Amino acid sequence: MPSDRSDATVVVGQSRAGLAGWSPQSRQLVPLLAGAVLVFGVIPALGNDYWFNAILIPFFVLSLAALGLNVLTGYAGQASLGSGAVMSVGAFASYNFLLRLPMLPLPIALLLGGATAAVVGVLFGLPSLRVKGFYLLASTLGAQFFVEWLFNGYGWFSNNSSSGSISAPRLEIFGTDLSSPVHRYLLTAVTVAVLTVMTVNLVLSQTGRTWTAIRDMDTAAAIIGVPVARTKLLAFAVSSFILGIAGALWVFAYLGTADAHSFDIDRSFQILFMIIIGGLGSVMGSFVGAAFILLFPIFLDRVAVGIFGGTVDTGLLQNLHDIVFGALIIYLLTREPRGLAAYLTKLSDRLRRGRPAR
Amino acid sequence: MTKPLLALHNVSLSFKGVKALTNLSFTVQAGQVCALIGPNGAGKSSALNIVNGVYRADSGRIVFDGTRFERIRPLKAARLGIGRTFQHNALFKHMSVLDNVMAGLTRHTRTGPLSHAFHLPRGRREEARMRERAEQVLDFLHIRPHRDAAAGTLPYGVQKRVDLARALVAKPKLILLDEPMAGMNQDEKEEMSGFIRHTNRTLGTTMLLIEHDVGVVMDLSDQVVVLDYGRKVGDGSPEAVRNDPEVIAAYLGTVH
Repeated sequence: MPSDRSDATVVVGQSRAGLAGWSPQSRQLVPLLAGAVLVFGVIPALGNDYWFNAILIPFFVLSLAALGLNVLTGYAGQASLGSGAVMSVGAFASYNFLLRLPMLPLPIALLLGGATAAVVGVLFGLPSLRVKGFYLLASTLGAQFFVEWLFNGYGWFSNNSSSGSISAPRLEIFGTDLSSPVHRYLLTAVTVAVLTVMTVNLVLSQTGRTWTAIRDMDTAAAIIGVPVARTKLLAFAVSSFILGIAGALWVFAYLGTADAHSFDIDRSFQILFMIIIGGLGSVMGSFVGAAFILLFPIFLDRVAVGIFGGTVDTGLLQNLHDIVFGALIIYLLTREPRGLAAYLTKLSDRLRRGRPAR
Repeated sequence: MTKPLLALHNVSLSFKGVKALTNLSFTVQAGQVCALIGPNGAGKSSALNIVNGVYRADSGRIVFDGTRFERIRPLKAARLGIGRTFQHNALFKHMSVLDNVMAGLTRHTRTGPLSHAFHLPRGRREEARMRERAEQVLDFLHIRPHRDAAAGTLPYGVQKRVDLARALVAKPKLILLDEPMAGMNQDEKEEMSGFIRHTNRTLGTTMLLIEHDVGVVMDLSDQVVVLDYGRKVGDGSPEAVRNDPEVIAAYLGTVH
């Protein structure tokens, strides 16, 4: 660190030296602002429909879902394979609120969908007061199958549509039509930004402390005065609220039309893998994990087609792609079990100290 | 004589027919340091675990600070003002030292998740107050340099102090210390017993502790309760207990 601070600040282009004189808050604010400008300014201006529809919207929605599960599993330590089910509750609830209360604005319908998912999530969380680990995983699995069966079997939930599928009845806020890709992208990005800020606030507060306390040592937590049952159920509620809204966005902003199978056990596994690979107990990990699981296969596909396009059988290409992807996951997790977010932090720390990353 | 803060009356406990405690009665006066000693398996930990509700007594009752109960839940015990440290490290190992200690303040938290999620002024003010309170305790036990370290990465002796800080931060009336000096060398033991004495003298916190090192016990305690096979065989000042023939026969006389 140069002793003369004013000297350091005049060097244009050395942003880190320039920031050294700033308070820690404003130093955090800079990347945050840069991110906001990118997400809400640059991307909407430059993005095309393919990017919005195929990459950005699913990325943000699945990041939100991963964030929701991370609250429950990463922070509060409660395993769940019911994320898909909770998402579908949010989706079907929002759909029904919009359908049956035509005056309801979209944001309120999303909130109510999230709230419904939160109530259902708390019910699914009740077994966590008795069992944990694999047993809790099994009971959430039961919830997953139950919800799929419920939404498939009872037409009321999908307004008796013959295929059992639902779609966004009308996508508009205060008279503005949101059905174009860039508007659906903005709806998603704003929702994700708001919920991410709230989640960060929560995990850094006493609420978050009690979550990690019951994760690390629940018996000791009770003895030092943490209400374990209430804390667990609150984690289920908050997690399910976020997952529910993610589910609604998955239908309204991404798929357009969906049925209960869009939220099957594969979806639950996908989201669980996102947070394991991205980083349990890390907000950033939720986004990194979603990016890796969702975007890396697309990237690999492009590379494979670029190299072998036309010369190799597509089935074989798909298998090769799966092998490379799986091997990479194993490699990264053995390298850094705390996930990609921790790996990236380590990497940037090393770069900052001027030594090459190992 | 001050009024008793804690009284056990005829407490018995058994595990699948094996008697852990038989008609155990003793009282601890407010502001005192009371040591529970006895050979392994004498029922010391069981007695502690009954007081803060980890175990439920088969019979007998407990009076703490005017509240009478036969069984209690750990959370309720914490709310009554019974703090606790653990024999085996039970820190939240992935959390920072500061967060561990602040978690100990949960029973005093008045703001809820909505206030936290929206970063409301009330929640922010409470957070600031709690942080200040936790940092006072870190200073008190000389662990401020470890403030931001993950608790699980710290040396054993420091972890024991963080454990004490986590209990102390909630201003309990009574702290149950389960072998606070287990596995420490002589220097660490002296340091830890210094902190325990300091806490007791400065804050007036009543202490009920389990310790095997008789030298430390005699030095630290106002009162010593001796258990053997789940029965009380001695109770009194360190000097009185040291000279009690029954105690000598049961415990002090045997060579370990």
